Amino acid sequence: MKELSLNILDVAKNSTVAGATLVEISLVTDENGFLTMTIRDDGCGMDEETVKNVSDPFYTTRKTRKVGLGLPLLRLAAESTGGSLTIKSTKDPVCHGTEVTATFDMTHIDAAPVGDVVSSIVILIGGDPQCDFLFTDKTPEREVRLDTRELRTVLGGVSLAEFEVLEWIRAYLSQQYEN
Amino acid sequence: MISLADLAAIRDKMKDKVVIREGSAQTRVVVGMATCGIAAGARPVLNAFSAGVQQEGLVDKITVTQTGCIGICQYEPVVEVFEDGKDKVTYVKVTPEKAERIIKEHLVGGNVVTEYTIGANQ
Repeated sequence: MKELSLNILDVAKNSTVAGATLVEISLVTDENGFLTMTIRDDGCGMDEETVKNVSDPFYTTRKTRKVGLGLPLLRLAAESTGGSLTIKSTKDPVCHGTEVTATFDMTHIDAAPVGDVVSSIVILIGGDPQCDFLFTDKTPEREVRLDTRELRTVLGGVSLAEFEVLEWIRAYLSQQYEN
Repeated sequence: MISLADLAAIRDKMKDKVVIREGSAQTRVVVGMATCGIAAGARPVLNAFSAGVQQEGLVDKITVTQTGCIGICQYEPVVEVFEDGKDKVTYVKVTPEKAERIIKEHLVGGNVVTEYTIGANQ
């Protein structure tokens, strides 16, 4: 993956496939350039065996191909910078879900840029408009935030997947990055 | 300055359109957005189809959707076009530039861009 925003798109899409109703995507960069990326969902979760194997590229639950590269690629991107990947997941009927946390030293020469995270968020929402997304990107200088639950209260019955709505979301997020 | 008031205006405009759109015939453009597709460049391709369909005024006739891996990772980004009464068309190694041509020639003009299909790339 050329950008971390593509890893975000890839991992968060798995959350929606897992039946999540809320996906929280958080980017926090501290004053030393250390980035913590967290993707948390309330999807069906994974059993212990799956969690243990999930960052093995030759382990996958899918049937269309024999490799599962999403989390291994994210782990590679994190560890290349001296960071790490941790995965917590439970199938507990009351609090099921998965939390993927990756850390990156963004000052490291091998750190991939975050890239076009706005496009990733727009595509996630457009692809699964029935799911809610809470996106935050914090640095010491600014905070970017979008919560689709708040947008739904304005939109009434209009879908988040309507082109005009997605373009508004794109402009709304871009504006926060520019300010 | 983009505000929630702009979103409310979009809601008011869209409410009527949603009612008109219900039940209308649909062509489906499906973009593969699994790890293989994303790594190969499917994100700008999906953006190009969404924007192109809007610009051509085809939103009432064509929906642009996403799918997972269909098992031909070496051909990603893969885009499938489903039209009523016609065979599915599978475009491979699609770029935003190719998307533009597919929209103009296939989705608007009705002519499959044969050179971009999987049959021409095997």
